[in-house]
Amino acid sequence: MAEIEKVIVCEKLTKRFGDFIATNEISFEVKKGEIFGFLGANGAGKTTAMRMLCGLSAPSSGSAAIAGYDIYKEPEQIKRNVGYMSQKFSLYEDLTVMENIRFFGGIYGLTNQQIDSKTKELITTLGLENETKKLVGSLPLGWKQKLSFSVAVLHEPKIVFLDEPTGGVDPVTRRQFWNLIYAAADRGITVFVTTHYMDEAEYCNRISIMVDGKIEVLDTPGNLKKQFNAESMDEVFYQLARSAKRGD
Amino acid sequence: MKQFIAFVRKEFYHVLRDKRTLLILFGMPIAQILIFGFALSNEVKDSQILVVDYARDDASRHIIDRVEASRYFEVCKEAMSHKDILSTFQEGKIKAVLVFPADFNNDLLHNNKAKVQVITDATDINTANMITNYLTAIITDYQNDVNENLSIPYQIIPETRMLYNPQLKGAHGFVPGVMALVLMLVSVMMTAISIVKEKETGTMEILLVSPFKPILVIFAKAFPYLILSLINVSAILFLSVFALELPVKGSLVLLFAESTLFIITCLSLGIFISIKTNSQQIAMLISLMGMLLPTMMFSGFLFPIENMPYPLQVVSNIIPSKWFYIIVKSIMIKGLGIAALWKETVILIGMTMFLLIISLKSFKIRLE
Repeated sequence: MAEIEKVIVCEKLTKRFGDFIATNEISFEVKKGEIFGFLGANGAGKTTAMRMLCGLSAPSSGSAAIAGYDIYKEPEQIKRNVGYMSQKFSLYEDLTVMENIRFFGGIYGLTNQQIDSKTKELITTLGLENETKKLVGSLPLGWKQKLSFSVAVLHEPKIVFLDEPTGGVDPVTRRQFWNLIYAAADRGITVFVTTHYMDEAEYCNRISIMVDGKIEVLDTPGNLKKQFNAESMDEVFYQLARSAKRGD
Repeated sequence: MKQFIAFVRKEFYHVLRDKRTLLILFGMPIAQILIFGFALSNEVKDSQILVVDYARDDASRHIIDRVEASRYFEVCKEAMSHKDILSTFQEGKIKAVLVFPADFNNDLLHNNKAKVQVITDATDINTANMITNYLTAIITDYQNDVNENLSIPYQIIPETRMLYNPQLKGAHGFVPGVMALVLMLVSVMMTAISIVKEKETGTMEILLVSPFKPILVIFAKAFPYLILSLINVSAILFLSVFALELPVKGSLVLLFAESTLFIITCLSLGIFISIKTNSQQIAMLISLMGMLLPTMMFSGFLFPIENMPYPLQVVSNIIPSKWFYIIVKSIMIKGLGIAALWKETVILIGMTMFLLIISLKSFKIRLE
């Protein structure tokens, strides 16, 4: 498999809600195994764009191919090849760790053997050996997030979409979370992540920053800092976000 | 299919872990049946009954003695004309009247056959039934004792009449009524809440991103409630047969088939509510106000529809539970078959189809 394989190709992707253009002709490409940071202020259109890419929302115009499948014609194929972790914590709190894993493995159509081996692997990686029979609701938030991510990549998708995955988590846990992301990227899973934490933006291979529904810049964090003559990503973001016309 | 099973298993975990849901699911129907069946029925002990003895012969005396000896009855006066009977009834002091015709003993001696009349006040149907049963039991007892010494057996035929409520309307009706109520509650409210809950917690998005088909998500969520509702139907029937001694006269298979149909109607309604709302509270409010109240008011279970003003009678036609109530009552109490109930069945099927179609349509729109 060639290094340059493009797993997300997006061209002039647009979503309108009546007169309001949430996402305005965005175009970009993401390579296999890349960690792609998708940044923007609240209301810039990140979530809408992401929802279109994972098939939750139909675009108004433009085209996109995810993992080589067309988002209009092959949504079922796309669903098989992407994982998704939403802003809200998205496991079942009244199910145990084990039951959650089995359930999500089940609806992704994994065989029992696959589920068993995956579960073992996941539990050891996360160090949850003593918690498998505990209800997920009783775990600390950091654990939940890590578990949630691991479940999102349980079926070894080509791409995983993470919508502000580390909201409300302490820096140490965030660091651990990013280690999981790196590990997934090393396995060849492309990571598409939105975040408001600029230190996290620095961990990405490339980032794009959306302002008012458009992608304003797209480059590596290093190049962006150079381009804006900034010390940190914080500054880059601030300079761009200041020009935004629409607020929350 | 494997995916579907994984999903259904998960749904059962949800239900079985939530104590409150369990309580509503199984505690409520049992409590309702028992409350309606026992708490609301009167004690028969020492009921005042009136004996009108036109015969005044040996046979009638013997029977009256036995009635007096029983702990259930207190015989008060012996008189009077038909008119007087009615007026004492209306005073409400007596629960039943036992009438012996003038030639009671004669009939027995010559024809080996005589009639005795048992009149009860059927406004309180449970009491009326019990009194009738006890009185006929006493009479049969006497008849058996006498027959031991006879070559040609006597036959005393108790002729029972329920005054004021000959068709027993609205009385036995509570079992079908409770059934409609419970199914409405379980299938509509529980389904609506459980689907909306997934929306609230954000897990619905995860499900929609997964390869599991959206339509299957809906079916998999509704399926456990179909099973639970059927268990509820069985529990209610079991209680009504064994605790309340109200047998199912018609076909049990037909009763279950119709119940399944009604459950599906309710599930479609629950699905529809869940698609239109985004919070559990709202889903619950709509289910309670929009479904449960009309079921109580318009199914004919508590208030007879015939007595309502015409516009309300028209409104009652769109309430699915009204049709289900009629069906269950006819099967359980009157013992009717599908031939007599096809119209109601078709109406329920029509309602279900309509609800399912608009639910699935709006569900698709929501995905856009």
